[in-house]
Amino acid sequence: MTNPTLPAPLSQLPEPTPPGRGDGPADDAPRSTFGGVFVRTPAWVLQGALVVIFLFPLVWAGVASVSPQAGSNQVDGWGFGNYRTLASYQDGIATYLLNSVIVSGLTVVFTLVVSLSGGYAFARFRFPGKDLLFLTTLGILMVPYATLLIPLYVLLNDLGLQNSLVGLALVMTLFQLPFATFLMRISFEAVPTELDEAALVDGCGPLRALIYVLLPAVKPGLITVGLFAFLAAWNDFITPLILISDTTKSPLPLAVANMRQQVMGIVDYGATEAGVVVLALPCVLLFLILQRHYVRGFMSGAVKG
Amino acid sequence: MTLQAMAVRRPRGPRARLNRKTLTGWAFASPTALFIGLLFILPILLVLQMSGSDWPLFAGRQGTNLPDNFQDAIDNRFFWPSVWFTLKYTLITTVILIALGLGLALLVQETTRWKGLLRTVILVPSALGLASASLLFYALYSPQSGPISPALENLGLIDDPISFLGTPTRALLATVFLVVWRFTGFYMLLLLVGLQGISPELYEASEIDGAGRWAMFRHITLPLIRPTLALCTIMCVTGSLLAFDQFYILTKGGPDNSTITLVQLIYITAFQGRNDLGVAAAISIIVLIALLVVNFATFRLMRSPEER
Repeated sequence: MTNPTLPAPLSQLPEPTPPGRGDGPADDAPRSTFGGVFVRTPAWVLQGALVVIFLFPLVWAGVASVSPQAGSNQVDGWGFGNYRTLASYQDGIATYLLNSVIVSGLTVVFTLVVSLSGGYAFARFRFPGKDLLFLTTLGILMVPYATLLIPLYVLLNDLGLQNSLVGLALVMTLFQLPFATFLMRISFEAVPTELDEAALVDGCGPLRALIYVLLPAVKPGLITVGLFAFLAAWNDFITPLILISDTTKSPLPLAVANMRQQVMGIVDYGATEAGVVVLALPCVLLFLILQRHYVRGFMSGAVKG
Repeated sequence: MTLQAMAVRRPRGPRARLNRKTLTGWAFASPTALFIGLLFILPILLVLQMSGSDWPLFAGRQGTNLPDNFQDAIDNRFFWPSVWFTLKYTLITTVILIALGLGLALLVQETTRWKGLLRTVILVPSALGLASASLLFYALYSPQSGPISPALENLGLIDDPISFLGTPTRALLATVFLVVWRFTGFYMLLLLVGLQGISPELYEASEIDGAGRWAMFRHITLPLIRPTLALCTIMCVTGSLLAFDQFYILTKGGPDNSTITLVQLIYITAFQGRNDLGVAAAISIIVLIALLVVNFATFRLMRSPEER
């Protein structure tokens, strides 16, 4: 193993190898000698700079949101004044947070149910129109959001779903379907057919076979689909911007973006930074906890081309 | 379940089982079909109708006016500037993101503890929403709140605070930097997965043959990750052509309307000032067709020579 460009096995991609003997081929160069250290320095400088560039904005937002600054609610000393601004902004951040939780929760549930059922149908059944439906689902990716949102604005009004969090979640679910259906289909296809055939022979209906036998087998796929659906719905900006006009129904990103211009055109940067922290924290935490499942989403795409 | 009950009443035999299996398949596919029909096909038909209709935002449909909306869209004084701006932004972003993504993927592909940590660090911004990241950089770039201007002043490099979004070029570059920060990890990960798919024996064999690092990259890595590169390019071009959040939040199309993208133009036409859904629908159909053409061209361009 002397070649530094040697790729690692696929299975090791998501997690770093355990501490201790993990140091790979690049570390074969002598570390202790003066020459070794000298040769290695530029790489460490470059990689250190990368860490700083990618982490600095996040750390800065966290620090700036609690540090004193003029024109905000936190002028003297450190504290949570900016978060108090946020809490008392219009209907209060609790309202917008709740809106975001409802929309993201509904989107996750809708996406899981539709893609579980659809993935099962595409992987295990043959029916006329199957390929057409599957390709059309993938075709959603080819159509700009804006091209769909303009008519959806009119359609949802006609259906009485204007300013409705349910309507918003339904549209966000549609945007998730290409990835979710694709991932669930290949998750089901990776499960041996003997498993559900045995259940069907034992007298299970297809629905019971799905719930009791297949569901546990495709659980990792469901976690990945749910994670992506949550991140997309929590962060979506243009969909609520176009579909929601009642500010009490705004999800959090829209509310924080609107908050900037509220006070006489003077931007309260402190409150904006606090808003960014509230927006980013759940995403960063979820990402760090479920990183393995996040990475799986990428592998599924790359395997098939 | 009613579908099962229906199937049970049929005479048993191979044909009945086939029908029952077909019906069950349809039943499980029906939620997907409902979503596709009501929220995808129907809106596409509607947007086609809207593009040929006089359709003010609040009054609704006022009759057909067929080529008027398209003429109106192209005559809009912001149309061609936004086309060029969007293309320029797409070109810059795609080149930087793919090159940087590939470079970083090569840098972090070893499975050491440190490289794993580095991967995670580069990926963390990808978890943020683009709107959240834009708000973050909006504060970061501001002369009042941001840390960059004061730091440069303290170092004596500048005398007055820099306005990062003050000129058209700076606004564009500041937005590109934000997007690169947010998306590099995403493309790095996609390309990393592509790199992991290359068999180590190829590198070992070429090393025995005396190939250097550059030769290996040029003749093994690059050809073999071509499909992944094509996927990345198509995703990046699509995302950039449809850029909205970052410009809406960071530059608001300014300064001097220099950073208006096509999707922003759709939004402005539909909801800000003009309130004309018909013209907005016409622009969005133009964007849809342009996107399909560009993606098709990218796909043709990035096919491997053997397939051509």
